[in-house]
Amino acid sequence: MYDTGKVITGLVIFVGIFTFAFWYTAGTAAPRPEPKLDTPEIQKMAKKQCVEDTQFMITTHMQLLNKLRDQALRDGNRWYVNSKGEKVWISLQNTCLKCHSNKKDFCDKCHNYAGVDPYCWDCHIDPNRSEL
Amino acid sequence: MGIIVSLGAVLAIMVVAWIGGSISGLQPIFGVLVPYAAFAVFLVGFCRKVVDWAKSPVPFRIPTTAGQEVSLPWIKSAKLDNPSTTAGVIGRMFLEVFCFRSLFRNTRADLRSGYLYYSPSKWLWLFAIGFHYAFLIIALRHLRLFVHPIPGFVETLDAVDGMFQIGIPPIYLTDLLFVGAVTALLCRRLFLSKVRFISLPADYFPLFLLLGIGITGLLMRFVFRVDIVSVKQLANGLASLHPTVPDNIGSIFFVHVALVSTLFAYFPFSKLMHMGGVFMSPTRNLANTNRMERHENPWWTPPKFHTYAEYEDMYRDLMKEAGLPLERE
Repeated sequence: MYDTGKVITGLVIFVGIFTFAFWYTAGTAAPRPEPKLDTPEIQKMAKKQCVEDTQFMITTHMQLLNKLRDQALRDGNRWYVNSKGEKVWISLQNTCLKCHSNKKDFCDKCHNYAGVDPYCWDCHIDPNRSEL
Repeated sequence: MGIIVSLGAVLAIMVVAWIGGSISGLQPIFGVLVPYAAFAVFLVGFCRKVVDWAKSPVPFRIPTTAGQEVSLPWIKSAKLDNPSTTAGVIGRMFLEVFCFRSLFRNTRADLRSGYLYYSPSKWLWLFAIGFHYAFLIIALRHLRLFVHPIPGFVETLDAVDGMFQIGIPPIYLTDLLFVGAVTALLCRRLFLSKVRFISLPADYFPLFLLLGIGITGLLMRFVFRVDIVSVKQLANGLASLHPTVPDNIGSIFFVHVALVSTLFAYFPFSKLMHMGGVFMSPTRNLANTNRMERHENPWWTPPKFHTYAEYEDMYRDLMKEAGLPLERE
């Protein structure tokens, strides 16, 4: 092999960069976040059910929220009729966060884990937070 | 023909992964085994290829240059295009690796009313550099799924990439650039007759593969939503060598993973090795010092000479007997 020093240096850099995730993680996976559903409001509910079914809410809540934001603010229609035909008043702070009053243990859990920084809080505030 | 074969191959991989991903018993194969195997093939294959290249001697500098070499002091030399110093070579390599200078020099020749015109043509350079940087940023952004805590630069890239906040989840600019540039590069091969004539399945296959990766990624983000937390659990598990396959990940995810795995496994055996090759190009990484220094052939061994004097010594008696003239008695 010619220029062994240079070639090996280059290959070490290459392998180092491409295995970044392996040595940065160093063999320990972060535990899967479990968003908490034990708020007083949810405890009071007879049937613990969000506006749509759980799997849909897990994967697609952001698109639903975006759609409802447009419907409420741009079309002025604040009634959302869900897939079961129930009418829900569209309001992040008064409807969504009424049940999910634990932003830190609910929203932020998964968002921080997946590195998502939603811009909800550019306009809204968490009504339950203690300090302003 | 080559188009059909490569498109068919990519679609076959997608169908197999779609079916495999929808059977929960096979998910560990498509989610863990295949990615690990593909990544191992990539690392080992890449290094072997580079070592193999490094074993080829380059006895002489190959000055395929686009500028005047260093000559007499009053002749201006091209320090970057025809460097004679290490600094110049580093400059040339930097421009090649980061700015794709070779593609930037692309020209087209055409006849206009009987005259031959050479004019610059930057489209190939534009699509190529757009694609490569988009791919780099997309790959770095994906680190958010592999590692935790997420490094700051990944979060910054994520925020800058989605800065227009179009839609939810936000559209990444690099996603659009990636799919657009790959499509343009594919169209170049499909619709320019001269390029199409020299295109092989090995040219189409990576393009279809990359397009498939981009499209499945976009579909997962915007249409067939998958649970990102489960995806991260799987990816983070892979990176930490404690793989787990959570339930409820849609098949589309396994299609995406299968295509990326194919890209990794295919990489060392394909034209994509230009990633390592660009650093190993003798025409780029050697200074043009042909006339300043003596470059010895590395496999040079002095040949065995048999001089006339030795010949005469060997046959002196016989030659004398035969009466032949001798230089030395």
